[in-house]
Amino acid sequence: MPLHYGSIVTEHLSVRRSVGLFDLSHMGQLEVCGEEAGKLLQNLCTNDISRLKDGQALYTLICQESGGIVDDVIVYRFTNMRYMVVVNAANIEKDRAWLETHNTTGAALTDLSEKIVLIALQGPGAIETLNTLVPHGDVPALPFFGFTRVTVAGISTLISRTGYTGEVGFELYVDVHDGEKFWNILYPAVEAAGGAPIGLGARNTLRLEAGLRLYGMDINERTTPLEAGLARFVKLDKGEFIGRNALLMQRKSGIRRCLIGFQMLGRKMIARTGYDVFREGLHIGTVTSGAPAPSLRCNIGFAYIDLDGKHSPTNLNIDIQIRGKRYPAKIVKVPFYSR
Amino acid sequence: MESHEWFRQEGDVAIIGITDYAQAEIQDIVYVELPDVGSYVTQKTEFGVIESVKAAFALYAPVSGKVIAVNESLEDVPEFVNTSPYDAGWLIKIRMTEEKELEALLDAERYQAHIGA
Repeated sequence: MPLHYGSIVTEHLSVRRSVGLFDLSHMGQLEVCGEEAGKLLQNLCTNDISRLKDGQALYTLICQESGGIVDDVIVYRFTNMRYMVVVNAANIEKDRAWLETHNTTGAALTDLSEKIVLIALQGPGAIETLNTLVPHGDVPALPFFGFTRVTVAGISTLISRTGYTGEVGFELYVDVHDGEKFWNILYPAVEAAGGAPIGLGARNTLRLEAGLRLYGMDINERTTPLEAGLARFVKLDKGEFIGRNALLMQRKSGIRRCLIGFQMLGRKMIARTGYDVFREGLHIGTVTSGAPAPSLRCNIGFAYIDLDGKHSPTNLNIDIQIRGKRYPAKIVKVPFYSR
Repeated sequence: MESHEWFRQEGDVAIIGITDYAQAEIQDIVYVELPDVGSYVTQKTEFGVIESVKAAFALYAPVSGKVIAVNESLEDVPEFVNTSPYDAGWLIKIRMTEEKELEALLDAERYQAHIGA
């Protein structure tokens, strides 16, 4: 995936206005099969895998015993004997090792990352674009996080109502041998719909506006889902899972820092990863992601800030130090953008 | 960004900007931070910043001297650096103080070779 195909802003806006095509073949897919597959995943994931029905997927964290985040992933259930875990590219090896280490019950693990190509189609024109390529011109209606297998332009495709942009859209999984052909079919269909291919730069601004965390930037092994504001993906009452004890304790004692979304009050200054955050002169945190928000015409970001217990963070005024000077910003609700 | 600034000499004044190659690499310029008129810049040291959607890029002075003008139109239209890097997108004018610094600079031909064009 290139950084851009021309302009990050143009690409960003074409996803918001029409449709964008993303080559995500770098993402990893780990298949978990066998009678014990569900049990293994239930023990590794913070979300409740047992609630999944066939053809449903969910977003979940995988945590260490300490509660630190190993990865954020999507788990797909094909049957109670077969699941697929879609993982971040940088974490494929780590996640595979993590699954193998904890696979005490004999589930069959297969790394399909080199065998599967993932292409995303995102934006208000995504359904219409896909309709032009499927039999009878009609994509099966899917709920958010639902998936099914469909023939797209003659190619067997797993279509999933998921994405990383805050828009309606699909993630499309095909066999690696069909990957190039598939892209070459989708590309003109997307262009005909007024859309464009999208690079990594716009993928980042789209996900940031949509309030979606990026592993390695906003979350990592030194942050917990509770600190990251992802508690709704942690089901502490589902039974035992790795990290549960630490997260239970953290919930009881209260988190000392949390991830917040902020908006710069001026139009010009952009907070970037690693910049320091202040409140009333005191250092209270660090920016983890920051960028201009092309759809919102302001500059936004995520930061971890220390909680003093006295103030609710929302609407709090903060300052962010940019090249030695401090500039005002305000803590705002996340997502920054929603359709 | 280091070494991707151009300069044009007019007597003892140098007009400074970034090259077409650099603007294409940076893309989507949204903000340009320039020094104050009257301040001094030193060769090979940072004199300002260009912010794109993706990242912040430091600007390095090709020559030393006193800043006698900055391109104020970039305050409202930073895109000039993308659309017209050698003309409307110029950055600053410097009254040069170290004539011999010029010897170390690349001419256009050697710069083209440097970026592999």
